[in-house]
Amino acid sequence: MENASADNAADVIIVGGGLMGASAAFFLRKRGRSVILLERGLIGQQASGTNFGNVRRQGRYLTQLPLAHRSREIWSRLPELIGEDCEFVPSGHLRVCFTQEQAGRLENYAHDAKAYGLELEILSANALRSRFPYVGHEAIAGSYAPLDGHANPRLTAPAFGRAARREGASVEENAEVLSIGKVGEDFHVETRDRGTFRAPTILVTSGAWAGAMSSRFGEPVPLVARGPQMGVTEPLPYRIAPVLGVSSPLDLETVYLRQVTRGNIVFGGGNRGPVDLEACRAYVDPENTLNQMPQLRRLLPGIAAVRIIRVWSGVESYLPDDLPIMGPSEKVSGLFYAFGFCGAGFQVGPAVGDVMAELIDTGRTSLPIDAYRIGRFAQQKAA
Amino acid sequence: MADLRVVVVGAGPAGIRAAQTFVEAGLRPIVIDEGNASGGQIYRRQPAQFRRSYETLYGFEAKTAKAIHDTFDRLVGQVDYRPETLAWNIYDGAVHTMRDGVAHKIPFDALVLATGATDRLLPIKGWTLPGCYSMGAAQIALKAQACAIGRQVVFLGTGPLLYLVSYQYAKAGADVAAVLDTSALSGQIHALGLMTSRPGLLAKGLYYRAQLLARGVPVHNGVTPVEIEGTDQVEAVRFRTRSGAERRVACDAVGMGFHLRSETQLADLARCAFVFDEDLAQWRPETDSDGRASVKGIYLAGDGARVLGADAAEKSGRLAALAALQDLGLPVAVRRMDVLRREQQRMEQFRRGLARAFPWPAELARAVADDVLVCRCEAITAGELRSTATLKGAPELNRAKALSRVGMGRCQGRYCGSAAAEILADVRGERVEAVGRLRGQAPVKPLPLSAVRGAAS
Amino acid sequence: MPARFVRVAEQDRRPIEIEIDGVRHTALEGDTLLVAVLTHAERLRQSEFSDGSRAGFCLMGACQDCWMWTADGQRIRACTATVAPGMSVLTNPPSEDIWPISA
Repeated sequence: MENASADNAADVIIVGGGLMGASAAFFLRKRGRSVILLERGLIGQQASGTNFGNVRRQGRYLTQLPLAHRSREIWSRLPELIGEDCEFVPSGHLRVCFTQEQAGRLENYAHDAKAYGLELEILSANALRSRFPYVGHEAIAGSYAPLDGHANPRLTAPAFGRAARREGASVEENAEVLSIGKVGEDFHVETRDRGTFRAPTILVTSGAWAGAMSSRFGEPVPLVARGPQMGVTEPLPYRIAPVLGVSSPLDLETVYLRQVTRGNIVFGGGNRGPVDLEACRAYVDPENTLNQMPQLRRLLPGIAAVRIIRVWSGVESYLPDDLPIMGPSEKVSGLFYAFGFCGAGFQVGPAVGDVMAELIDTGRTSLPIDAYRIGRFAQQKAA
Repeated sequence: MADLRVVVVGAGPAGIRAAQTFVEAGLRPIVIDEGNASGGQIYRRQPAQFRRSYETLYGFEAKTAKAIHDTFDRLVGQVDYRPETLAWNIYDGAVHTMRDGVAHKIPFDALVLATGATDRLLPIKGWTLPGCYSMGAAQIALKAQACAIGRQVVFLGTGPLLYLVSYQYAKAGADVAAVLDTSALSGQIHALGLMTSRPGLLAKGLYYRAQLLARGVPVHNGVTPVEIEGTDQVEAVRFRTRSGAERRVACDAVGMGFHLRSETQLADLARCAFVFDEDLAQWRPETDSDGRASVKGIYLAGDGARVLGADAAEKSGRLAALAALQDLGLPVAVRRMDVLRREQQRMEQFRRGLARAFPWPAELARAVADDVLVCRCEAITAGELRSTATLKGAPELNRAKALSRVGMGRCQGRYCGSAAAEILADVRGERVEAVGRLRGQAPVKPLPLSAVRGAAS
Repeated sequence: MPARFVRVAEQDRRPIEIEIDGVRHTALEGDTLLVAVLTHAERLRQSEFSDGSRAGFCLMGACQDCWMWTADGQRIRACTATVAPGMSVLTNPPSEDIWPISA
């Protein structure tokens, strides 16, 4: 509005300040592009700040492993890149299962992942007992990823946001985007209280709210907003190094936990909870918390002795094929998307920013992202 | 009508009167209470093995305490009483409870929250040392367990409890080393005019003060606490007098509190709207004159709605239940509601008087030194909170919590939240309401992971 | 061990034997666990974050500052638990074979 228009123009406007948007802002600045990042609330308040904190590669779609590897490499360089480690600890990641059938799946996955450069150790029931004696006896096999680990999601996106700002990005919080229109070569982005911003390139990284935006550009996607059901225990002596998770075809059984070095055990999994997109809130259904309890006890019987001190949720977005949308718009030139990470965006977040920056800067990516084209849903509809 | 589901959380004066009102209307309320016996905190009962008289335990309040206890005892059989039960969440029209590791879900048509209050605290260097307790704790040790919290006790803070508890200790034969009130005596005298709606309370306060002075207990007003000294435990309290002289009182225990704060977590989880109360400088759930919250079917009563003390709690408990009955379409005596409403309105003036007599010392909270722990649970210092706010940016309290861990611990911010808000507001150069309030997160109290679901109730 | 709390009345209740850090002590029937411990000891536990020992704070189940470990690896809130004969509590966390691994 009254602001000088020069301050409101940049090479790229990023809409949505989660981890994807914040890391893209950072890496675009590293490539010398001017950036305005618009976030309706505060950086990293939704999915990015409220997820479990898994820095996990194992279990991902094999075709996503190159992206996950690139991210893993960034995770270990966070202190030199953004000035803090975000509590990332590569303390290992262990998935266990309760059935022979699932054990077979773990084994097959480990075999196939090898070709993608991910080394996993398959553990028998006995090996599980001796290496990780706190794991429940119902577990009959495990798959151990020694170089995966966990980090603090509350800290990570804000840290990228601050780093992007230090690199010269204009990071605008409390800047809710009302409309995006294309005028000539430029996009005009109108915000509620912060005036209008202009750029020839737009990257939409607004998570669950991105679907409404892509629809307005004629690219609707079947995006569903749900909330992860998270919780944390009281602090306990630090004795569980790896992330522990259940591998199961049943959502209800699929719980996971990690002990932070301060001692609390963070957990999540099972069914997801409801979201109110208008209020920007996601809720924990108490039934889900109660459902998690017996599953957590199967995974880590010792957890029965301790107490939950807090639960929370955040707004995540899911797509029917469980894959995100990453890449250019297929309708509007200069428009790019990275959203819908289906509850699995935290680990890949830093690389998503890196890859989107590369794509916007060079027009190409050094690793394949074709599987994440937004057009895949248009094709489905046509078919 | 019999299948109307009415639930009361809390069995203190407000909850008991609400339950009684429902029973009188022919309903059978479910009464959920964390305590193992009814009475709440102020009229907390001693264990069955104890023999002290009502007069010994409750002093001037003996009659009222007995009346409250007797009322609830007579209701047994007409209420579904669930003691030692934690209401840990409210979700989708149901209260979620936990008792002895068994979870229940209790759907309701009307819910009265009478959740009471806890001490309002601010950090003072050394306040985490063994030997330092909340004012309420000091009183509970004496009333419910016949123990003093130490051999030589300093009482520090402000509010009516400061004088009451100090007096109770002196009377029980404990050595009260000093009573240190951060409020000026002149403020208390000036507030008298506003407190005429409950002259009894004023008279009692003056009586306790006189009794303490008569026993040779030093009483200081307008003090600035400096430090609770000690290495492994409390050894002394250092403070500045009103004239600025520094003093040191040797002691092995401290009872501290700065009046009370409402327990509002359940109202928050039920998504009730909150308003900022200028007089008390704290947020509270919004209610109409009868106790109706912003969420349909939820009513607030007693100190959990606004801190007015036990007498007012009884009236607000009745009024909230009558409002619920009215909304459920049952006949209520409108005149009776009018009377209660007028009495409650008189209490408002009294409440402002209390707030003026015993003001929340925001400036002390804002001035807490960097090396002092603000968050007892997570051991986070004022300095860490300040540097988070300045270096990382925290325009509001929940962001400060996410980035610094202040308020993230077991107590859910009950004991650090007031001071953390002042410190953050101070760093940002804002009024305290501008930094918002800590959002309530379930569970209201820690929940055992060994829990199982109980049979449908 | 010096005591923290001082009993001022009601001392003719039935005695109960409990263990604190493996040492037998006498409590009185109707005591809370917090009172039973603090009439024999100066503290209940160590803060998890190396800032010293703690001895409870609110005594009404609100501050959660008095959670202790039992000898068999359970957690117990001392201010709201009533002592029972044979109760055995620790003022430090148990070893690894008790938590997180217990038979």
